[in-house]
Amino acid sequence: MTLTLELEKQKERTPVVVQTVFLGVGLAVLVLAPLFFYPVFLMKLLCFALFACAFNLLLGYTGLLSFGHAAFFGGAAYFTAHTVKEWGLPPELGILAGVVGAAFLGAIIGFFAIRRQGIYFAMITLALAQMFYFFCLQAEFTRGEDGIQSVPRGHLFGVIDLSQSTNMYYFVLAVFVIGIIIIWRIINSPFGMILKSIRENETRAISLGYSVRNYKLAAFVMSATLTGLAGGLKALVFQFATLTDVGWQMSGEVILMTLLGGIGTLIGPLFGAALVVTLQNYLATSEFPVTIITGVVFMVCVLLFRRGIVGEFYNSRLGRKLGFEHRHSH
Amino acid sequence: MTMIFGIPLQALLGQLLIGLINGSFYALLSLGLAIIFGLLRVINFAHGAQYMLGAFIAWLLLSHLGIGYWPALILAPLIVGLIGAAIERTMLRRLYSLDPLYGLLFTFGLALTVEGTFRYLYGASGQPYATPALLTGGANLGFMFLPIYRGWAIAFSLFICLGTWLMIEKTKLGAYLRAATENPVLVQSFGINVPFLLTLTYGLGAALAALAGVLAAPIYQVSPLMGSNIIIVVFAVVVVGGMGSIMGAIVTGYLLGVAEGLTKVFYPEASNIVIFVIMAIVLLIRPAGLFGRDA
Repeated sequence: MTLTLELEKQKERTPVVVQTVFLGVGLAVLVLAPLFFYPVFLMKLLCFALFACAFNLLLGYTGLLSFGHAAFFGGAAYFTAHTVKEWGLPPELGILAGVVGAAFLGAIIGFFAIRRQGIYFAMITLALAQMFYFFCLQAEFTRGEDGIQSVPRGHLFGVIDLSQSTNMYYFVLAVFVIGIIIIWRIINSPFGMILKSIRENETRAISLGYSVRNYKLAAFVMSATLTGLAGGLKALVFQFATLTDVGWQMSGEVILMTLLGGIGTLIGPLFGAALVVTLQNYLATSEFPVTIITGVVFMVCVLLFRRGIVGEFYNSRLGRKLGFEHRHSH
Repeated sequence: MTMIFGIPLQALLGQLLIGLINGSFYALLSLGLAIIFGLLRVINFAHGAQYMLGAFIAWLLLSHLGIGYWPALILAPLIVGLIGAAIERTMLRRLYSLDPLYGLLFTFGLALTVEGTFRYLYGASGQPYATPALLTGGANLGFMFLPIYRGWAIAFSLFICLGTWLMIEKTKLGAYLRAATENPVLVQSFGINVPFLLTLTYGLGAALAALAGVLAAPIYQVSPLMGSNIIIVVFAVVVVGGMGSIMGAIVTGYLLGVAEGLTKVFYPEASNIVIFVIMAIVLLIRPAGLFGRDA
């Protein structure tokens, strides 16, 4: 009896060590990356990684497939760009405006979407996000097809000059790490446990007395808020906000990143985002359209590779030996 | 000139006609979506791509082989239906045991691939498709001018919708389909080939989308993007109607098309979001949809 307990303890301890090592290596790579790669590329990658991780909070941990996350991403980009450029706010307040705006949008879209489940949920989020797209197309402040151009990056807290790409990169990295820590806290909190129980068996969660609707809405708003963080950041990195970020293709892209990296894994979406962004950069110079590749990868992933990169790793012999365990969400 | 609510009668009827035409396509497409969803539990995101494919095949047949509108009206749905059946048989079938969301994601990928390919080959701009000689010109109805082709499109789509409805409600095949929707295992145990029914259904749904595409070719431009523009609106139509009933999908399609047309007269700025607004209102009042059975 004591032996088994001891063994179990050991089994539990191993992943902590392994995770710490992985985490250390990962952070070191991210900190040193600008020495080897083009900073704007890395910043784009981190913005999309944060976007995908925030999206995964909803799909992977609550079991809700939103097809409208572009509204929060692109919406936040517009809000940040507008407040920074037109109102002259500093970058931190600009991002805050994007985050608050995305949370507000998330509350509205979520309020309607949670009234239906499963496949209908996906269709409703898609339709409402499309409505927001048309709003952005016609509204004055978004400047229609041109978008908001040459957004100044400004000085962070009035001190750090973000127009220098190294400064900007470490700012983006810091925000990314904070975002991941927030997501990690959410999914490992009692609240996160209830979200997982909703994912596994919604009816049972209801019968246990949880007001599932409120939990779903809360998860939706949190996911939208963190997506807004990524969107606001992206507006500062590229110094523009355009209709591309609110279109339905963007909602599809984030789903692909999450699926490719591993639905329901904390850092899977980071790898998915890295792969998709690299592919886009690689194909940007060629004639061949990204859409075809994206579509084919989507189909292959759904048919053969549903666990995603990180999920497959967790499930591989090596992954299990290292003590990872990954339960597939659907 | 006659005025209604300060709007010239001519303008009102003109927009009503456009609304009816759009509604015809919404009805045809949401009908196909509802049939596929009923049996396969898959939301066919590729429905818009299949609609585009139908229009494109008609255009290709005409421009490369000189095959005109009437044969295309049969050939294009046949080709797209066969492609659909092949996809169901080789790929889509593997996803039935999984969460329905994977079916949505797979068909989304399929839609991206098809659309991307056509965009790559033919560019994003539209190609005109000439109205068939038999249906050119217009008729003066006294109160308005009706282009004959548009009248034909409305009448023919109504005919197809009602025909499909009759086929499902009144024929033996339809009875099998309905039974398999309710309880596939039981129907299979009666010796009916349910896997074949599933293939047939997906093929039929895809063919309906392609038929709508051919019908739309002379009205709108044939463009690789025509499918994704319409499919999101059709999703909203389906949420409003609820996918529980075939007739519900048809009626909702026409109603929302007309609502959109009328909005163009009274408040043009809102015309491309009115269907989404109606969807939101329906979600508040009747979350299951107007004709929905499943919540």
